[in-house]
Amino acid sequence: MSPNRWKTALRALLLTVLAIGATFGLDPFRNYQLATIAACFAAVAGLTVLVGLTGQLSLGHAVLMAAGGYGFAFTATAVEGPWALSLLAGLGGAVAVSGLLGLLLGLAAARLRGPYLAGLTLALVIALPSAASTLPLGADQGARAPFFAVPEALSALIALEQWHAWLAIIVAALAVTPLVMLRSGRAGLRMRAVLDDETASRLSGVDPGLVKAGAFVASAVPAGLGGAVLAIATQQVTPGGYGLAFSLLLVVAAVIGGLGSIGGAAIGSVLVVLLPWGVDEIVAATPSDLGQRLDGNLAVLLFGAGLIAMTLAWPGGAARLLDRLRAARPSRFATPSTTTER
Amino acid sequence: MDRFVFLLSAGLARGAVLALFALSLVIVWRAARVVNFAQAAMAVAAVYAAFAVTAATGSYWAGLLTGLASGALLGAAVERGLMRRLPHHNPLPGIIVAIGLVMVLQAGLAIAFGPEHRPMHPPFSERPFIIGGVPVLSPYDLFILIAAAVVMGGLALLFGRTSLGLQLRAAAFAPETSRLLGVRVPRMVTLGWALAVATAALAALLLVPTELGLNPHAADLLFVNAFAVAVIGGLDSPVGALLAGIGVGLLVSLVTGYASAAAAPLAVLALLTLVLLVRPGGIFSAKEARTA
Repeated sequence: MSPNRWKTALRALLLTVLAIGATFGLDPFRNYQLATIAACFAAVAGLTVLVGLTGQLSLGHAVLMAAGGYGFAFTATAVEGPWALSLLAGLGGAVAVSGLLGLLLGLAAARLRGPYLAGLTLALVIALPSAASTLPLGADQGARAPFFAVPEALSALIALEQWHAWLAIIVAALAVTPLVMLRSGRAGLRMRAVLDDETASRLSGVDPGLVKAGAFVASAVPAGLGGAVLAIATQQVTPGGYGLAFSLLLVVAAVIGGLGSIGGAAIGSVLVVLLPWGVDEIVAATPSDLGQRLDGNLAVLLFGAGLIAMTLAWPGGAARLLDRLRAARPSRFATPSTTTER
Repeated sequence: MDRFVFLLSAGLARGAVLALFALSLVIVWRAARVVNFAQAAMAVAAVYAAFAVTAATGSYWAGLLTGLASGALLGAAVERGLMRRLPHHNPLPGIIVAIGLVMVLQAGLAIAFGPEHRPMHPPFSERPFIIGGVPVLSPYDLFILIAAAVVMGGLALLFGRTSLGLQLRAAAFAPETSRLLGVRVPRMVTLGWALAVATAALAALLLVPTELGLNPHAADLLFVNAFAVAVIGGLDSPVGALLAGIGVGLLVSLVTGYASAAAAPLAVLALLTLVLLVRPGGIFSAKEARTA
C-alpha cells in the first residue's frame, strides 16, 4: 500500500476508536441513534461518491440498503454457530446481494444518462413493496434478523444498545474506508475523467461503461452494509422502512453534505437522523391536531426547502465550508473539488 | 373470456390517463429538455385546489377548471422561480431541485389538509354498461376516454397547426435561432411548463376518483408508470406516449387481473428496464441526438 493509503487507514482507525469511545458518554437511546447514523453514513458515502464523481443520480439507494438488509438477515439466520461466524456470514450475504443488485443496476446505468437512470431507480423504489410481497421476502412484515447479544466478556461493562452501536461503527468503518481509498486512488481519477468528458477518456484508454458500472457496484456495497447495520440494530428488515421518503432522505444527506465529499456525507447523515427527531420532539409539544399534522411532515418540508436552497445558492454543500476552514492551512494532498457544477 | 374483455376495457381507461400524464412529461421535455420529477406532486397540489373548490361550490366542473388553472399557474411559477435559475448543460441540479419541490409540496399538503385519504366522487357513475352479458366501460371510463381524446386532439392542433405551436416547437428545438427570428423563447418555455402541468393535473383529476382517495402521495405510482410510458414511447414523441400509454395501461390491467395488484409495478419495472437496455431512446424516438 502506498503511504497515502496507510494514512487513510490510520485515520479511519483513529476515528473508529474515537467513535467507540464516544459511545460511553451516550445513553441507550442516543447509542441507538448513533447506530442509525452509522448505517446512513455508509449508504450516503456510497451515494455521494456515485453522484459526485460519476454524475449518476440514484434515487434508489434505499433499495440497495434493503437488499443488504435482507441478505444479512437470511444468511445470518441460516448460518448456525458462534455469533461472530453468523455475523460475518451475514455481512458477506449483505455484500453479495447488494453488490449483485448494484451490478445489474450499474450495467443498465452504463447505457443511461441523467433523467433515465433517476427514473429507473425511482421505479425500483416504488416497486419494492410489490417485490417484498411477490418474492419470498415476508411481505409487509419483512424478515427477522438474528439478535446479537452482548458477549459475556463485555456484558458487565456495556448495554445492548452500546454493543450494537459498536458493531455499527465498525461495519460502517469497514464499508467506508475502502471507498475513501478508491476515491483518492486511480479509480477515482478514472471516474472524474469519465464525468468530465466521455470521449476524451475513451481515447485515453478508459472504458466509460466499465467505470460507471464499477462505480455503481462500489456505491452499492457500502449501502448494503448500511442496511445490514440497520438490521443488526432493529433485528428486522421491512419494505416499509426503505420507502421513497427514506430514499430521498439519503439524497438530501448527500446533497447537503456536498456531493462527492465523504466528510460531507457524515455531516449529512447526522442531520437526516437527528433533525427529524429534534423537530418531532418540538412538534410533540404543540396542540394535538396541529401537532399530528406537523409530525413527520415538518422535517420533510425543511429538508425539501434546504435541498432547493442548497442547489440554487450553494452547490458545494457543507463540505465546501470544511474546505474553506481547511484552506487556512496548507495541504500536501489537495484533491480536486467535485460539485454539481461542471 | 368475459373477464378478458372486462380487463381490456378497464385497461383502456387506465391507459388513457397514463398516456395523458406521459404526454405532460413529453411536453416539458420538448419545451425545456428536462424530465420534471415534481410533476406528480404539482399535479396533486392542483387536484387539492380542485377538491377545495368542488367542496365549497358543489360543482365538479368548477373544481375541474380550478384544477387546470392552478396547475398551469403552478407550472409557470416553478419554471420562472426555480428551473430558470439552474444551469442547463447538466441535468442533475434540475432533478435535485425537483426532488426538493416534491418534498416541500407533499409535506406542505399533508400539513395543510391532513394525511388521511379524502374520497373524491366522480361526476358520472362507475357502474359498467353490460353489453351481451359482459361488463365493459362505465360512463366515467367513457368520460375519461373522451376527455383524454379531446385534450390530446387539442394539443396536437395547438402544436401542429397554430403559430403559437410553431413558436413553442421552434423555441424548444433551436432557442438561439428562434430568438434571432423574434420568438420570445423564455416566455415559450414558461408556457410549455404551464401547459404540461395543467395536462398532468387533468390526468391526476381523472385518476383520483377511481382510486382510494385524495392524499399527497396519490399520484406517485401514476408518475412512475407515466415515466415508464414516456421512456418506452420516446420522450420526444407525443404519438409514442399515446400508444405506449394504452399498451402499459392494458398490461397493468391484465397483470392486476390475472396475477395480483402487487405484481403490476414489477411488470412495469421489468418492461422499463427491458426497453432502456434494448433501446434507451425509446421505441418511437426518431433520432439519436440526445444530450441529457
